[in-house]
Formats: sequence, C-alpha cells, structure tokens
Amino acid sequence: MSHLYIRFVPVLAAALFLGACASTGEHESTDTPTQVPGTTEQPSTPYSDNVVEGSTVLGGEASSSFDAAVASERGLSTNVVYFAYDDSSIAPEYQSVIEQYAKYLSANPSAKLRLEGHADERGTREYNVGLGERRANAVQAALTAQGASDAQLSIISYGEERPADVGHDEAAWSKNRRVQLIRQ
Amino acid sequence: MRIPKMLAAALMLATFAARAELEITVTGGDVAALPIAIVPFGQVPEAGLDIAQVVHNDLERSGRFRVLKRQDMLQRPVQPQGVNYPTWRSQGMDNLVVGQVARAENGGLYARFFLLDTVRGAQLLGQEIPIRDISRLREVAHYISDQIYEKLLGVPGYFNTKIAYIASSGLGYQRRFQLMMADADGENPREIAASREPLMSPAWSPDRKQLAFVGYERGRSAIYIYTLATGQVRKLIAEPGINGSPAWSPDGKRMAITLSFENNPDIYIVDLVSGARRRITDHYGIDTEPNWSPDGSKLVFTSDRGGRPQVYEISASGGDPRRVTFLGTQNQDASYSPDGKSLALVNTEGGRFRIGLLDLASGEMRLISDGRLDESPSFAPGGAVVIFATQGARGAELATVSVDGRVRQSLRQAGDVREPSWSPLLR
Repeated sequence: MSHLYIRFVPVLAAALFLGACASTGEHESTDTPTQVPGTTEQPSTPYSDNVVEGSTVLGGEASSSFDAAVASERGLSTNVVYFAYDDSSIAPEYQSVIEQYAKYLSANPSAKLRLEGHADERGTREYNVGLGERRANAVQAALTAQGASDAQLSIISYGEERPADVGHDEAAWSKNRRVQLIRQ
Repeated sequence: MRIPKMLAAALMLATFAARAELEITVTGGDVAALPIAIVPFGQVPEAGLDIAQVVHNDLERSGRFRVLKRQDMLQRPVQPQGVNYPTWRSQGMDNLVVGQVARAENGGLYARFFLLDTVRGAQLLGQEIPIRDISRLREVAHYISDQIYEKLLGVPGYFNTKIAYIASSGLGYQRRFQLMMADADGENPREIAASREPLMSPAWSPDRKQLAFVGYERGRSAIYIYTLATGQVRKLIAEPGINGSPAWSPDGKRMAITLSFENNPDIYIVDLVSGARRRITDHYGIDTEPNWSPDGSKLVFTSDRGGRPQVYEISASGGDPRRVTFLGTQNQDASYSPDGKSLALVNTEGGRFRIGLLDLASGEMRLISDGRLDESPSFAPGGAVVIFATQGARGAELATVSVDGRVRQSLRQAGDVREPSWSPLLR
C-alpha cells in the first residue's frame, strides 16, 4: 500500500510546492531580499529586519565616489514599514523609507519591488490577510505618488501567517504589523 | 461504513505520523451526564484494538456520559445472557454495553454489541457488524459509539468523523506548514499537503470527499481542492491578490470565496461545475470569511465597513447585508450552527479574543471559551460541540467545548496546530 503514499503526498508537492520544498531547505530565491554590495549585510533570516539602531545607512552618507544608483540603493537598507493595530496609515517616521524607495524605483525603471503585507496574530486569519493587503496597498499608493510606477510593484499579503516575532505580546505584535519591501 | 480507499492507505501511514499524534485532555463535565458502563469486549486474539476502550473514550470526551471505570466493574459479561442486572443497577449504571469480536462459521470476523437498559432489563440496541478489514476496527468502534450516542441522546453521534487542521513549526523562512487530517479523537493524524509557504483555511465538502484550502505558490495565493479518494489536488482559482476563505455551499455545487483582484476583498460565489463567478459584496472595506446557512439561502461574513470588523448576513443571491453583531468591540469568522439558529464566532472584548455563540433570534451572546487569542470556531456535526484554536502553554493547540460551555478538551501536538475544520457526517 505504500505506493499510495507516494501517490498523494509527493504528487502534491510536485503540483504545488516544488520550488519551495527543495531538499536544501532553502526558500525560493524570489522571496529572499537580494543583498546589494556595499550595503549593510543582510541578516541570515529576512525576518530580522534592518532596524537595529545605527544600522541604517541613509543617502547623506554616500560619498561622491558612488554614482547615484548606488547611493540610492544604500538608502534601501531599511526595508520595513511598521503599522499601528488594525491600521494601514503610514506613520511620518517611515516617509524617508518611502522616499528612498520611490527615488530608487523612478531612477531605475526596470527595478521591481514586492510589497509583502503582514498583520499581528490578533483577529482572525483571513481578515488579517485582508489587513496585510490593505497595508501593502497603502505603501504602493505612497510609492506611486512619489514617482514609482504600478508596473514596478507587486503585492502579496501573508496576514498573520509569517510573524517576524512569534511572541504573544505588544513587543512582538508591533514587529509583525508590517510591510516588507523586497527587491526582485 | 464505506470508507474511501485512501483512508485504508492512511492507516499504513500511522507509523510515519506517530510523532505528530494529537494528545487529548478533557476537563469539566456535564452535570446531567448519563451513567453508562462499557464492558471489555470478548475478542479473538487477532483483533488487536480494545474496542470497548475506544467507545469508552468517545463517550467520556463528549461530556454527555459518565463512564464506569473498568476496575470498578463487578462482572464482565460479553453477551446479554450473562448480565446480572441488579449488580449494575446497584452501581447506578442505568445503561450497559457488552459485546464481542468473533469469527463466524464462514470464517469472517464480525463485531456484535448490545446496549442494555439495566433499569428495565431491556435491550435497546443489538447489532452485528461484519469486519472486512481488520485494520479498520477503530472505525467500527466509532460506529458503535455513534449508535449508542444517538440511541440515548436522540441526536446523531459524531465520532466517525475527521478533523482537518493546519500544523506549522520552525521560524522565518524555515517554517514548514502542513495540512493535516485526523480522526475526530485525534488518532491517525496524516499529512495531506506540506509547504514552506503558508497553508490556510481548510474546508470540507458536504459529502466529505474533498477538502478546499488556501496555499501560496511563488508569491501568489490560490484556492486548491484536494480529493481524498485519488489524492489529487486541483487549483480552483488564482486571481491576483487574495484568494481566500473557501466555504462549500450545503449542496456542494458552489463555493463562497474571498477575492481582491477587482480592488479589495469582496465575497464571490463560484459555481463549481461551470466555473461561473458572481460577486456578492462590493464595498471598499474588507469583506471576508463567508459561511453558508444550512439551507444555502444566506451567507454570514466579516466586514469592517462600519469601522471595526463585525459579522453581517446577506442573501446568497446578493443584495443589502444586515449587520448581526453588536456586542463587544469586534466579531469575526462566524459560522451557522447545523440548525441555523445560532452563530459561532470570534468575539473581542477588552483585548481578549474568545469564542461566542450568538442566538440569531434574541441577539444574545454567550462566550464559551476563556482564552486570550481563541479563533477559528467550527461546529461538530450535530452541533453539540464547537472546535476552535487557542493559545496553549506550549503553542497553538485545538480545543473543543460543548455548546453549554461545560466540557472542554484540548488536542495538542508538537509545534502549532490551528484552523480546525470538522468534517460532516458520513452519509
């Protein structure tokens, strides 16, 4: 009877998730933020966001030896926008993140950005998928208002399914209510 | 008692899945529980499973029975002729079950059981069940539990049912998601699908031959349908944006879903035969989590059109929705009881998320769970019990609670388990 086992589990893996289930255990490359030479080193897990104090490198530090594109990429090391509970408005402190990405996208028309919307674990799972999408939409609207084009942006919402912090308190929740901006 | 071929195969998988066993704890009890004794069956040696013990556990966990401990039994008859009724009466056991697993003259195995009323000295049930496959004895035991439950309580038992749920473990992109299926008593857990991308929202077809669920593939979500008999998965729909919340219509011909490709999340109904799609809601708020009324005429869904998410009811042919929840700061993810008179939902009050039962006629709400982050309520067939997901000390786990709130059991395994969906009865 073991052939039946082979029939239903692996067939499914092939049908659905082949790319995501490689035996190396690595995630699909499309989901991993690409590391740009010269920027702060990417943490090993994309969920450890680059928001550690002092780790962000904004445009002002670009020396004249870099061209404009590299300078704007250096500003992209902060790749997360955080939100208040059940809210999708972008707080003023993230305007600089939006500006940097909008600049980068308008200066590089072939560049593409994936906006991954997330929610904290409170509330129901499918509603939170809706909420994550609403947050990603808010970031998309802010980027296009500042010069990015819709064709450069794609949106996916994971709701509460991929927490950055698996804790069950406000400290964890505040890290999970987020949109990750991921260059493709 | 016809069981899909795959289930027999799944029994072979039990060893693979053993480490994922659901561990069950029961707390509370029904003050009006019926006293009953299940005497160990006389069984031929090749019948390895202790049938009486499975029946004992089923009835005890329902909360509706007080089952006599084996060590307190003063006699152990295996057929009605051997029963000393005054002995059982003296122990307060109004009901008694005796039985056997034996070989017939033609060589076939059969199980035979009797439900006896010790007060009147009368036989309430007596059945003989042929056993074609000895690896399916557990299902025979659940069948016996169902017969006893229905005879004594007047409503169908739900022990020969399945629970689908999502298990996950690991952190970040190493997180692994599994769509699982287990017997209603947590036995025989087995994996239906696995992914490093989220799996969500399992939903049984009314004939329980198929499971719909949400998966993500290369950065996009889609609704898939898994067919138990063949193990095949087909992609039902994968529009840009959200493809979520699948819910089969009671006749199994249509599915209510959430799609956001036309702007933002709205409710749609898909005809599963023709593929034709109809938009049911059109609002800039989030409309999601549709579920059907038992007669198929209405849907409930969650919407934040009024500010906070609340539950609304709408005709399955569309029109104006009617808000049905007003208690607490928000209410979400409602589903109808089998009689259509109440809703199980997630109620939020004071920052706590608990399972509520809303009486649709009176508007009265009763909270039947006491966690902080309870979610995903689903009625068991018959409506006497609700299963839901809760945050336990060791991670997310499943729990069931009787609709009167008195009897609760938890089902946990390593890692997080959530989004339980109780299968319909086998028809």
